[in-house]
Amino acid sequence: MPLVDLIGIHKSFGTNPVLRGIDLSVHEGQVVALIGRSGSGKSTLLRTINGLEHIDDGVISVDGEKIDARDTDLRALRLKVGMVFQQFNLFPHLTAAENVMLAPKVVKKAPQAELRALAVEMLEKVGLGDRLDHYPDQLSGGQQQRVAIARSLAMRPRVLLCDEVTSALDPELVAEVLAVVRKLADDGMTLIMVTHEMRFAREVCDQLVFMHQGRIHESGPPEQVFSAPQTEELRQFLGGIG
Amino acid sequence: MAYQFDFSSLSGYGDLLAKGAGLTVSLTVVGGLAGVAIGIAGAWARSRPVPVLAPVVAAYVEVIRNTPFLVQLFFLFFGLPALGIKLGEFQAAALAMVVNLGAYSTEIIRAGVQSIPRGQIEAAMSLAMTPLQIFRHVVLIPALKKIWPALSSQVVIVMLGSSVCSQIAAEELTFAANFIQSRNFRAFEVYFVVTALYLALSILLRWLLSRLGQALFERRRHG
Amino acid sequence: MVEFAFSDIVWNLLLALRWTALLSVVAFIGGGAVGLLVLLARLSSRRWLRRLTRGYIEVFQGTPLLMQLFLTFFGLSLVGLDVPAWLAAGLALTLFTSAFLAEIWRGCVEAVPRGQWEASSSLALTYLEQMRWVILPQALRLAVAPTIGFSVQVVKGTAVTSIIGFVELTKAGTMITNATFQPFLVYGLVALFYFLLCFPLSLCAKSLERKFHAAR
Ligand SMILES: Nc1ncnc2c1ncn2[C@@H]1O[C@H](COP(=O)(O)OP(=O)(O)OP(=O)(O)O)[C@@H](O)[C@H]1O
Ligand SMILES: [Mg+2]
Repeated sequence: MPLVDLIGIHKSFGTNPVLRGIDLSVHEGQVVALIGRSGSGKSTLLRTINGLEHIDDGVISVDGEKIDARDTDLRALRLKVGMVFQQFNLFPHLTAAENVMLAPKVVKKAPQAELRALAVEMLEKVGLGDRLDHYPDQLSGGQQQRVAIARSLAMRPRVLLCDEVTSALDPELVAEVLAVVRKLADDGMTLIMVTHEMRFAREVCDQLVFMHQGRIHESGPPEQVFSAPQTEELRQFLGGIG
Repeated sequence: MAYQFDFSSLSGYGDLLAKGAGLTVSLTVVGGLAGVAIGIAGAWARSRPVPVLAPVVAAYVEVIRNTPFLVQLFFLFFGLPALGIKLGEFQAAALAMVVNLGAYSTEIIRAGVQSIPRGQIEAAMSLAMTPLQIFRHVVLIPALKKIWPALSSQVVIVMLGSSVCSQIAAEELTFAANFIQSRNFRAFEVYFVVTALYLALSILLRWLLSRLGQALFERRRHG
Repeated sequence: MVEFAFSDIVWNLLLALRWTALLSVVAFIGGGAVGLLVLLARLSSRRWLRRLTRGYIEVFQGTPLLMQLFLTFFGLSLVGLDVPAWLAAGLALTLFTSAFLAEIWRGCVEAVPRGQWEASSSLALTYLEQMRWVILPQALRLAVAPTIGFSVQVVKGTAVTSIIGFVELTKAGTMITNATFQPFLVYGLVALFYFLLCFPLSLCAKSLERKFHAAR
């Protein structure tokens, strides 16, 4: 049984249909990359999976937790799904460790004694064991994004969503963040990510999903998608990005 | 027994209320126009490093902004005769509003002036425009456009503040209310109705000012 | 007629100044507490509650403080009580302050970037938890300067309570003027005392605002 199962997801902004019937299954430990043109609905799809966008129709199930268009209580879903944003969205008034500890403390009511250890463990995992008490504005973009990843991991999500996590970074900082994501993948984390880093996607992903005009246009293992695109749109897309 | 509201006791006082509202509007128009004019002049004075003028304007702004309007009004109406300056009720009320709004609008417009990018002023300077020409043609309009919402709010605040002018017997809306309730002994009903009138006036004034802002600033876009 | 020395005038005004200060503090603290509730209602997900509080704020911002005072004063006496002026003054100013502070604070809450809401909801925080731990701490920083700035309006607003007979600084000024026939001097002093209360608050608000802008 798939860990994440999307069935017939529809979503419009006003009269603009952005997701037009998405079906997607992701199994435990799988790494899936969403690719496609700007405006094809990648971010929107990702954001529906943890309820940041309300869906108009369809069913989302994550680890047995089922959500449809009528549901308004999304807390159970969000407990299973972590998310990392393009713009980091760290809490600027909290230190790196406090950013990591906040949700475990508030949501999971973890005991004080365990919290600090958890923060240390998570920040060490992303290579920032020496930046515990720094505030976000004292960190580089790459470091901030790694704190954001640690913050999500601290909730022990079953699946982690990553929306262009390196797009806001200076080129020289991209590698350190990708290295962390790669390590997560190697450790068996289930990942769904939107990315424009095609080489990275090719190396790390089990499945590549090409979105076009709100639908999944083509998908498959990266070698197949890259070397033998079945549709003209995908060929154009791959050609366009060189 | 529960209190019986009686709004009918207000009938027959319509003319009085209308007259009062008329005077409130007159005070607001005078205060608004002259106050904003002073504000423009004040912002101009403060934008230049003139030795005496700039600090004097700064002091004026701070004194007015840090004392109650009611006290300013009493000072002008009761205090100035000691210097041989005797003002009528309407004159004193209008003057107090002008002085008050003048200070606030100086500060508001100054903030707008400061937001104009330095490069535009330098461009005008390099075209050999005088400081006054630069202020008039390059700085003022975009500055006013920028702070128009804040300035409009301040005009509404001053209009509402004019309510205390009843205390020097200027016959504006609140004065009319005081008069009526002294006759019909229905204080709550009278003030309730007059409060609603003020609310309507402030909504109307806000709407008019935003239309005025559009007329003044939007049309210029295409010349 | 009683002879008033200059020092008597100053002393009597200072005595009255205590009431101005006390009323200001009460209105500011009470208004802050009520304002916080109004703010939460204003930001609520329930539409009728948002509308209701928007109306509340509109009414207090769109009518004269003097009318609010009269309505409180005469409204309370309708319920049958013989209302002391200080009670009506304190209540009216508290409500007035709550409406303005709620609106100021709403602006600060809305200035917190959307990403902060998204990040905290994706961490499964509830609305109240988001407010408590993520949004309000940031909004609070933004709110300090304008809140102190508004305290100046509260202090000045207390002058209006003289009209319903609360003996604070302005009322004392009027009473002393009636006894001494020296309005120029007395109202000048009254203005000076208000200035001494308000100007430090204004300066503080301004410097905090500058500091905040520099920090960004
Ligand atoms: N909050 C919103 N309100 C209205 N329209 C929106 C909103 N968010 C996204 N859209 C629209 O939905 C469409 C898909 O947007 P989405 O962000 O999912 O695209 P994307 O594939 O992530 O693109 P990009 O590569 O630029 O990030 C776009 O046309 C966008 O304008
Ligand atoms: Mg996107």
